[in-house]
Parts: sequence; C-alpha cells; structure tokens
Amino acid sequence: MEELDVEPPLTLIPGVDSKSKQMCFAWAPGEMLVYETLFPKECAEKRPGCPNIFIVRKDKDVYSQTLRKLFSESHGIFVGLQRSEEELGGKSRKAQLVRVSKNYRSVIRACMEEMHQLAISTRDPELQCQHSTQVCILSAMELIWNLCEILFVEVAPAGHLLLHLLDWVRLHVCDVDSMVCEVLSSENPSKHKDFWNAVDIFVLQGRMDDARHLLSKEASANPTSMGMCKILDDLMKKMPILSIGNTQTLTEMELKWQHWHEECQRYLQDGTFSSNLHMESICKILLGDENAILEKKELMTTWYHFLVTRLVYSHPTVKPVELRFYAQSSLDLFLGGESSSEPLDSILMAAFEFEIHQVIKECSIALSNWWFVAHLTDLLDHCKLLQSHNLYFGSNMREFLLLEYASGLFSHHSLWQLGVDYFDHCPEYGKVYLELHIERIPLNTEQKALKVLRICEQRQMHEQVRSICKIMAMKAVRNNRLGSALSWSIRAKDAAFATLISDRFLKDYCERGSFSDLDLIDNLGPSMLLSDRLTFLGKYREFHRLYGEKRFSEAAKLLLMLMTAHIAPCSFWMTLLTDALPLLEQKEVIFSAEQTYELMRCLEDLTAGKTDNQKLQVDDVETTKVEILRLALARNLARAIVKEGTLEGS
Amino acid sequence: MFVARPIAADHRDLIHDVSFDFHGRRMATCSSDQSVKVWDKSENGDWRCTASWKTHSGSVWRVTWAHPEFGQVLASCSFDRTAVVWEEIVGESNDKLRGQSHWVKRTTLVDSRTSVTDVKFAPKHMGLMLATCSADGVVRIYEAPDVMNLSQWSLQHEISCKLSCSCISWNPSSSRAHSPMIAVGSDDNSPNILAKVQIYEYNENTRKYAKAETLMTVTDPVHDIAFAPNLGRSFHILAVATKDVRIFTLKPVRKELTSSGGLTKFEIQIVAQFDNHNSQVWRVSWNITGTVLASSGDDGCVRLWKANYMDNWKCTGILKGNGSPVNGSSQQGVFNASLGSANTSLQNSLNGSAKHTF
Repeated sequence: MEELDVEPPLTLIPGVDSKSKQMCFAWAPGEMLVYETLFPKECAEKRPGCPNIFIVRKDKDVYSQTLRKLFSESHGIFVGLQRSEEELGGKSRKAQLVRVSKNYRSVIRACMEEMHQLAISTRDPELQCQHSTQVCILSAMELIWNLCEILFVEVAPAGHLLLHLLDWVRLHVCDVDSMVCEVLSSENPSKHKDFWNAVDIFVLQGRMDDARHLLSKEASANPTSMGMCKILDDLMKKMPILSIGNTQTLTEMELKWQHWHEECQRYLQDGTFSSNLHMESICKILLGDENAILEKKELMTTWYHFLVTRLVYSHPTVKPVELRFYAQSSLDLFLGGESSSEPLDSILMAAFEFEIHQVIKECSIALSNWWFVAHLTDLLDHCKLLQSHNLYFGSNMREFLLLEYASGLFSHHSLWQLGVDYFDHCPEYGKVYLELHIERIPLNTEQKALKVLRICEQRQMHEQVRSICKIMAMKAVRNNRLGSALSWSIRAKDAAFATLISDRFLKDYCERGSFSDLDLIDNLGPSMLLSDRLTFLGKYREFHRLYGEKRFSEAAKLLLMLMTAHIAPCSFWMTLLTDALPLLEQKEVIFSAEQTYELMRCLEDLTAGKTDNQKLQVDDVETTKVEILRLALARNLARAIVKEGTLEGS
Repeated sequence: MFVARPIAADHRDLIHDVSFDFHGRRMATCSSDQSVKVWDKSENGDWRCTASWKTHSGSVWRVTWAHPEFGQVLASCSFDRTAVVWEEIVGESNDKLRGQSHWVKRTTLVDSRTSVTDVKFAPKHMGLMLATCSADGVVRIYEAPDVMNLSQWSLQHEISCKLSCSCISWNPSSSRAHSPMIAVGSDDNSPNILAKVQIYEYNENTRKYAKAETLMTVTDPVHDIAFAPNLGRSFHILAVATKDVRIFTLKPVRKELTSSGGLTKFEIQIVAQFDNHNSQVWRVSWNITGTVLASSGDDGCVRLWKANYMDNWKCTGILKGNGSPVNGSSQQGVFNASLGSANTSLQNSLNGSAKHTF
C-alpha cells in the first residue's frame, strides 16, 4: 500500500501581505485566528498593514441545518450499533449489520431529499449552488456506501452478487423513469425519438419485463417487424435469471444460461434482426458483445454501469474475487483514454478490489468532513473486517476517525452532546479526549453548566466536575451573587471557597443586619459540614430562626454552643454576645446559672484576648457594649440563681 | 478551511500577540501601540471590543489568560521591562448596557532589567502561578497565594538560564507522575554552541527548579516553544520554532535507574522536522487536544501539522496572505477561499479538501 502524497490545501487570507510581512495565529477551541504581524520584533516600525484579524474554520458543514439532522440521526444508529447484541452469531448478526447499514443509507437519502428541496426552492443562486453541491456529495456518499454494503457487509456470494449490483446500478445511475414516462405518454410511443433509447436502457439494466412491454408497442405499431419483435421478446423472456430464493445451484444456472446464449447466437448469425439495426444491437447486447454495449455509453453514463451490464450478459455468476479484473477493464474501456479517472472512480475501484483500507483512505481525502469515513469504518469494524489479522492498525483507525469526527462536533453549541457518546465508545483515548473537550464548553447559562455537569458526574469525571463548579462559583462571586456562589462551592466540595463565601455572608449580615439567600442557608442540610465557617453560618441562621419562633431556650442553648464548641470564629463572638442580650433581658429567665457563667467566661476570654494596644484603640461603642453585657449577665445570673434555688411550690 | 468574517482590529500599530480565553469566547490582543484590547463573542458569533486600554510604556509582546477558575485575569509583558496582571471588574449597570468592561491593574512585576519577552500562566493544578522570561536570561516564577487578592504576588523562583530568553512553555500535564516542568527557549545570537532549549523541573526535595535537560541538537536561535497537551501519554511532546519546525518526544527514563530523589532523566527523540517555511519559524502552538500543531514563519504562511494514526507527521494545511486589500465594506456571509488539489468538477465527483489521515 503506497503512501498517498497529496498537496496540503491552501487557504488564502485576503489583505495580508505574505511577501513583506508574516502571519501569526491563535487557537480557539473550535477555530483558529490569524493576523498579520512582523517578526522579529526589532523591525517593528510603524507600517501600514492589514488592519484585520481573521477567524478561520475547518468544518463549514457542521453549521448546516440539514446536515445537523444527518448527524443526530446517525448518532442514534451508531449508539444502537455499539450496544447491539454481539452474541448473535452468524446469519442473524449479519442480517442485523445489513439493517444498520441500510438505516445509515436511508438517513443519507432523507438528508439528500431535504437538501434537494432546499435547492429548488431557494431564489439565492449562491445558496442554490451550495445546496446542489451538497446533494451531489451526499449522492456520491450513498453510492459508495451502498456498494460497500453489498461487498463487505452483505458479502454477497456469486449469483446473488450480480443481483445486488444490478439493484445498485438501477437505483443510482441515470434517471430512466422520466425518459420512459415521456415516451409512454406520447401519442405514438414507438415513433418517439427516445423509444429505442428506452428499450436499450431497460436491456442494459437487465429489466427484461419493462423492455418487453415497450417492445410490444413497437410490435403493435409496426406489423412488419412483428415477427422480429416476437423472437426478441421470446429471447428476453427466456433469459435465465437467478433470483433470491431460487433453489437452483450455480452450475444449473450456468448450464441454462449457456443454452440460452447459444440460442441468441444462432438468431444473430441467421440474420434474423438484420433489417432492424436497433433490434440487432439489442441482440448483440444480449450476447454480451462489448462493443455493442459500449456504443450505448451515453445511456449508461458511468463505467460501473458498463461493468454491471457486461457481467449480466457475459458472466452472470461472477465471483466476488473476480470483480477486480472486470472492474479495471471496464474502467479502461469506458474512459478509452480520453478522460482520467476522478476521486469517485478510485474509491469505487478500491471497493471492487476489496481493498477496504484504500476505500477509507481515498474517502478521507476526497470528503471534507469525517462523518462518512467515521461511521462506515465503525460499521466495517463491527463486521470484523478491520481486525488485526486483516489490518494491524485496524481498530486504531476506527478510533482515530471517530475521535476526529467527535472532536469536530464539539465546536458546535448543541451538537457537542452527540460527541460525548462517540468518545464513550473509543476505548483508548475517548476518556481523555472527552475531558479535554468538555472542559472547554462555554458555560453561558446555568442550564448548560448543569447539563455538562450531569454528563461528567455520570462518568465519574470528578476533576471536571470540581473545575466547572469552581468556574461557576467564581463567576457568581464576581457578580456578587453569593447564594449561587455558595451552592456551586458546595457542589464542587470546595471547602476553602465555601469558607470564603460564608465569610462574605456573615460580613453582609453584620453590615445590613439581615441575610440574603435565606432559602439556601436554611436548607443546607449535611453539606453544612463542608467547612467550619459554613457550619457556623448554617447554625447561626438556625439560631435566628429559633429566636423568631420564640423557642428561646433552644436558641439560647444553640448560641452558647456556638461559642463553647468553637464553631463561631472569634471575630464573631462579640456579635453573638450582643445577640444574647435580648435573651438576657427577657422577663423569663432563659439562661441558666451555669449557662450564664459560661457566657461570662466567653466575654472575659474575648476581652482578655485583646492586647493593651487594642484596648486603648477600642472605641466607646465597644466599651459601652461590654459594660452593658456585663450588667445584663450579672442581672441574669442573680435571677437564675434565685429561680434555681427556689423550691417548687414554696 | 475557510475564512469567516474578518474583525477590524483597530490597533494603531503591529499586533504581536492574540490569545483566546479558555472557552474561546473572549480574546485579548496586544500591540506595539502599548495597549491591550479585550473582545467578547456575542451569541450570534460577532466579536465586539469591550475594553481597550494602555497597559505599558513600550510595545506589548504577549498577552495571556489565566484559567477561569481564577476569575477573569490577564497577564501582559512588554519591552518596558515589566509584566502586569490585570483583573476584570464587574462594572456599573450603565457600563454593562454599553457593553463595556473595566480591567484594573492588580500588580506590576518589575524584577526584570530587560525586555520581558514572554509570560505564561502555570497549569491550574499548580494554583495561580505565572512565569516570565526576559532578555536578561532570567526566568521568574511568581505565585499569588490568595486567589481572591490578586495584588499579592511573590517571586518564588528565579532561574538563571545564562542565555537571553525568548519563550517559555509550561508542561500542562497534571499527572502525579510528572513534576512541574517548564521549557525555556533562547534566541541568543552569539556563536556559542550552548543548546538553545532548556528544560527545568521542580524538585520536591530541594523545593527548587533545576535543569533537567537541554536539547543539544537545537543550536540555532529559538523563537517559540510549546508543550503539547498530554493525552494520557507517559511521555511529553515539545514543539520548537527555530530555523525549522521541530517536534521532540521526551520519555522519562524510569526513576529507579537514576539517583533517588534526583531529577528525571529523559530520552529525547526528534519525531518530525520541517523546513517548509524556508527560513525562520516564529511561532508554534498546539490545538486543544494536541493533535494539530500550527506554525508561522518568515515565508508569511501559517502551516498546520498533524500526525496520522501511525504517528507520521505531515502538513495538512497552509494559510497564506493573498496580498490584495480587503474590499472596504463589511463582509457579508462566508466566502470560500479554499483551493484544493482534489477540487475537480462536482458533477460526478466529490468536493475535495485534502486531509492527511494516512
């Protein structure tokens, strides 16, 4: 297998002067950017240059709406194939794979049909050209895929092979029907200028019944040729055809065919058709005369039609391995050295030669996006045609193509979700490619972020989950949406950030006297334990709730616990003690004596902790607060002692 | 490839660097006009300039984004011997309506005595850290220990490379098996035979960066250097822009064979070398999966290089200026300026844009 040395494609950037300046570039996740510049830096004088920066993209196709449908529908087929039962052996597995192949093809055809509709309905000539081009490309893809299905998936044996190829030619090559319709709907069909063309093409495509039907028109219109028509009709009727389900063996078929062939020969040699050139030519075609068939080049339009016609009339029991010889000679005879073969021709030729690798290689080069080769190769891999004993890099190639295709999907704002499944089914590099790509998906909305997160969580991609949550949390903090930031930090299990945000909440409370995002804080649940500060925030809010519900003793207990268990940061103790004031001032004694002692101790710890310097700087408000607290605590202590000392009822 | 609409850059002088943010929705450009511009991509794909301000008192050579985990942070470096860290401040509501944003200077790194030629943020798993390199031959690594306070950066390491430095690249691998690593390129023109690419690795024991390798085969001035993203490989890939494009693999030799606690030894191999640019290659950079390398050279072209699944490297695309001025008015729609060798008649063939797969 030789290396195909193709010249890399050249893309021109308008306005950039490559002769006297240079170009530089930057990569973006889905595209690339180029601009004019000048190296080396020392030469950087003020020179007028190209004022523009250009975005350069690889796959224009991904953005077409119709193709998007192709991508999403084929995605469904792909995933179904990966998950399909492998235990089905032999025939049922083959039938399953053939069904998959047919599904792919029907998706291509549906897409083609839609494109065609777009092409004929648009008024914009440029769009029309674009659409028509797409239709051509899709049509070629279906042609190739169909042939691959016959040869590689169906693996039709001799006999059936030709039948499939005939179907293939009838479906794809030259539109017979419109011409025939015209002929039949005319007043005198047999006098129509295309009459004999129609008969010829039916014969060339082995459609004997249709040919006979037309021939009968000639017979009825032209009594003189009735005799010849009858004989020809008879020959056509008697032509042995192997049909699917027919139980005769190939040898039987060959024998019959031989007899029939000799009969045709006799009629020709006897000069039966000599007075009618058309019919004589048809008889020659029936005998597989290459020259006679070649004369009808214009009708067949392609060398592969010529190939199949030849085989029908000279070698109907052709074996798969023999195809290559006939294919090559057909191509040579048909082109006759006038024109050179085109990419499509080499692809089909490679298929006839059963060079699967060559087919894929040529398709990769000829087509501008990876969709076709990725899906076809994957299918062929499932047919076990790319296994190591066939191609040692077989499954590597499958994965390589799938990775390329899926990577391309990630540059699209919604198709990237399809790409995820493709990566899932690439055992070697799929995971790491997914990690690299999914991180780069812009998280414009919270919904999108959640969607991406779900995908990461399903696949245990913990680092990506953490990173995405962190990015969202950071964005929220910058925009001062503390509640959102907090919930993202919790999801990221980022204790440090949760602490930071909790501090912000507490700071806000101190400044404004109320909490924002109460719902969130009230329903923290076990995630409260993520960080000490967060726990404090949650518990502190709980204290406020209890107070609001007038459950004073519970609130009191909680408040005390926050300090004694050191859940509250020291900086907050003053606030907590101040919060205790209303509880101390209640008519009813809420804090017990012991609790009061604890509170006093906390207050002393707090004031003792300050150095002399700080004490001097403490303002009047602070001092007054401490005084008030001491007084309140003392009074409460007194009342508590009395209350506890009093016997019930006395 | 095809060219989408152009963006009027509006710099008053040469643009030296363009950098996309992590998600590809924001872009920063810097220029000899001493300013940096930030562009945002709107929902319909248009790029709008949302900030433009004077950043230095000399040409700005490079601009780079920090990972979005650290917020909206940029770093720029300049001929004026400084590197600066910028942070975006969420503006007042009228600013938002006008579509403008503000960037404030968080810190200026003034340790260099010569032009600072490159600035790059370290991989995010290392925290908020950046490296600069200067013409004075020193690579400096700074860290901001508090991510919420970007005005505090400390100089953690100073690596003396002994040669004027032109470019640096951090190894993006976050694998535990790899210590932090940074490659430094030099464009020193003196006729010493000192190799122009040095690789420094962080040593956990000494808590310092030490030279792990020099690429002895690169003796010409190096203009750019880039580690490829690590696709779970055990070895590293490094691209070098010198008088040609070179791609090296660095395979760590098993640590047991080297002195314990010491630096990793690498087996260095060159896997590709391309001189298609015909002269100096000025920039090299990898796409996000590390599967395509882009290079730009003296021939005025940008070339794309890709390896097939058999690891053979080939050029898969060329971008070249066509010299003709852009027609004044704004470009509507897309125009296909792609010429492919396989682009024959579409009637019975397929649209070609050659792609290197095999």
